[in-house]
Amino acid sequence: MKAFTTLNGLVCPLDRANVDTDAIIPKQFLKSIKRSGFGPNLFDEWRYLDHGEPGMDNSQRPLNPDFVLNFPRYAGAQVLLARENFGCGSSREHAPWALEDQGFRVVIAPSFADIFFNNCYKNGLLPIVQPAEVVDQLFRECEAAEGYALNVDLPSQTITTPGGQTFAFDITEHRKHCLLGGLDEIGLTLQHADQIKAYEAQRRQSQPWLFA
Amino acid sequence: MTAQTLYDKLWHSHVVHEEADGTVLLYIDRHLVHEVTSPQAFEGLKLAGRPLWRVDSVVSTADHNTPTNDWDKGIQDPISRQQVETLDANIKAFGALAYFPFKDKGQGIVHVMGPEQGATLPGMTVVCGDSHTSTHGAFGALAHGIGTSEVEHVMATQTLVAKKSKNMLVRVDGKLPAGITGKDVALAIIGKIGTAGGTGYAIEFGGDAIRELSMEGRMSLCNMAIEGGARSGLVAVDQKTIDYVKGRPFAPKGEQWDAAVAYWNTLHSDEGAHFDQVVVLDAADIQPQVTWGTSPEMVTDINGRVPDPAQEADPVKKGSIERALAYMGLQAGTPMSEIPVDIVFIGSCTNSRIEDLRDAAAVARGRQKAANVKQVLVVPGSGLVKAQAEQEGLDKVFIEAGFEWREPGCSMCLAMNADRLQPGERCASTSNRNFEGRQGQGGRTHLVSPAMAAAAAVAGHFVDIRSL
Repeated sequence: MKAFTTLNGLVCPLDRANVDTDAIIPKQFLKSIKRSGFGPNLFDEWRYLDHGEPGMDNSQRPLNPDFVLNFPRYAGAQVLLARENFGCGSSREHAPWALEDQGFRVVIAPSFADIFFNNCYKNGLLPIVQPAEVVDQLFRECEAAEGYALNVDLPSQTITTPGGQTFAFDITEHRKHCLLGGLDEIGLTLQHADQIKAYEAQRRQSQPWLFA
Repeated sequence: MTAQTLYDKLWHSHVVHEEADGTVLLYIDRHLVHEVTSPQAFEGLKLAGRPLWRVDSVVSTADHNTPTNDWDKGIQDPISRQQVETLDANIKAFGALAYFPFKDKGQGIVHVMGPEQGATLPGMTVVCGDSHTSTHGAFGALAHGIGTSEVEHVMATQTLVAKKSKNMLVRVDGKLPAGITGKDVALAIIGKIGTAGGTGYAIEFGGDAIRELSMEGRMSLCNMAIEGGARSGLVAVDQKTIDYVKGRPFAPKGEQWDAAVAYWNTLHSDEGAHFDQVVVLDAADIQPQVTWGTSPEMVTDINGRVPDPAQEADPVKKGSIERALAYMGLQAGTPMSEIPVDIVFIGSCTNSRIEDLRDAAAVARGRQKAANVKQVLVVPGSGLVKAQAEQEGLDKVFIEAGFEWREPGCSMCLAMNADRLQPGERCASTSNRNFEGRQGQGGRTHLVSPAMAAAAAVAGHFVDIRSL
């Protein structure tokens, strides 16, 4: 996993509530057995005017000029600004894979769906919850100023606007530690292998029917 | 000892290790694996040279990509076929307690197959790389969907890194009117709390109306907990739970059965247990539900009308309604019962169990598909459900009504196989998500119960099943 420390990133505003993972990466692209290459199909049905299928040359497809991700001013954005309940629906990790592959490292929203929120951390993508009024303010500022970038600082858990205003955000110590170090969580957990074995042995005694 | 909720009991009994910030290693008893969210996890294990921590925790099937007709021709789409064959190869290499591959008689939608095999048991933690894993909470099991990185984590360590959710009780008091199903209850709850209402919570469903639901009805309800934002839904164990589990292939037997039942009977919230939030519905108020928009919270009952965005004060919500009506091709104020349908889909992990098919067949019996309805797909949840339905003659009822009787799988719920809507087509669907493009790009989905779907098929438009 890519480590995350600080970032000064261009912001792309996606002004819709309840953006679901079917919209983030449509089902036909879930047939891949790989973890990478989903970026060009991020928001496929909104981003292109034709119907996308795996294996197409996406550079030749007609872009939807009305979709925000296609606005030249947001090319190269690394921070996605979103509305409430972002990432609802399916558990597909292809959604954070597609966002990360497209170049996003941070998503800011008033709320996220639980499974998506959790999946982000496993992929070096930082989801940040901010109060609705702060998100409203960021939308206004971002839409008003071309080149609007936010400074995201994980060690100090802050985001700072170009105007110098700073907002704090929450993250658990465990997630922060893993993101800062880009750590392999399985490796970390396996440091507790003896505890898992001991728990399992006790469970085998108390509920033997769970062990075929 | 302080009174605990069912969720508290299940959580605490699975904690292996806890860090200072409350992050926990949670032990996982059952890991359900399907072809879409597992290949990258198996690949990760291979690259790191890690085996499965516990082979006998894994139960697997192929469901999302499998076709529902012409099984003798195999899987036509080469990318779908590769994904299913990759699962075959991975299970062969890594092992599993049980595997029901494409065309096996036990194959089916993972959330139908698990319970019917007795692979889902009360008191377990159950995970799967699929958000509708909440279904299994109907058995008093702590069950939720996980991402592929977590699939790999569970495979390698038998645990999940997790944080405890808050407790919500949704109580449905009184008696449900005739014809009202678990699906209607689920949609009515989501209509009340919203699609993010359960975010951060585990929802326990309780009250007289829930106790009266069959296990199939409870599965439909818990299945849609995720559409209300909650990763897990729960129903306390009672005699119905125990009777359903008894005698299933992976259910305990003999002395172990007795010991298991004694434990399972403790799986309910204690008197006076604290819930962070309590939502109460009166069962008598719940009418047959129909969604009108592109989120499950955009729902009304069959006697309702398509809402008017001009009446909504909140600008974000107003924009969502306008956008949904444009996508759905609907005019504000239209009575739901005047909306015609092109396609009907009866199936999915929400509504493809035997009771669902019986409900739909009861409506279809002696009636005919309306002329304006192009296609009615009936897709049983598993090979075993299909066999049971055929033994009861339900297949003939559907075929005589002009419906298509298909092979089991996820099918048009998410349209990863060939079953999908064409742009602009309107579908009465017993599935769980009416998102834009969910059933095919440009397709328009209305979520309903199996009886309501069958009624729309014969009437050609949505209709109150109680008026038939």
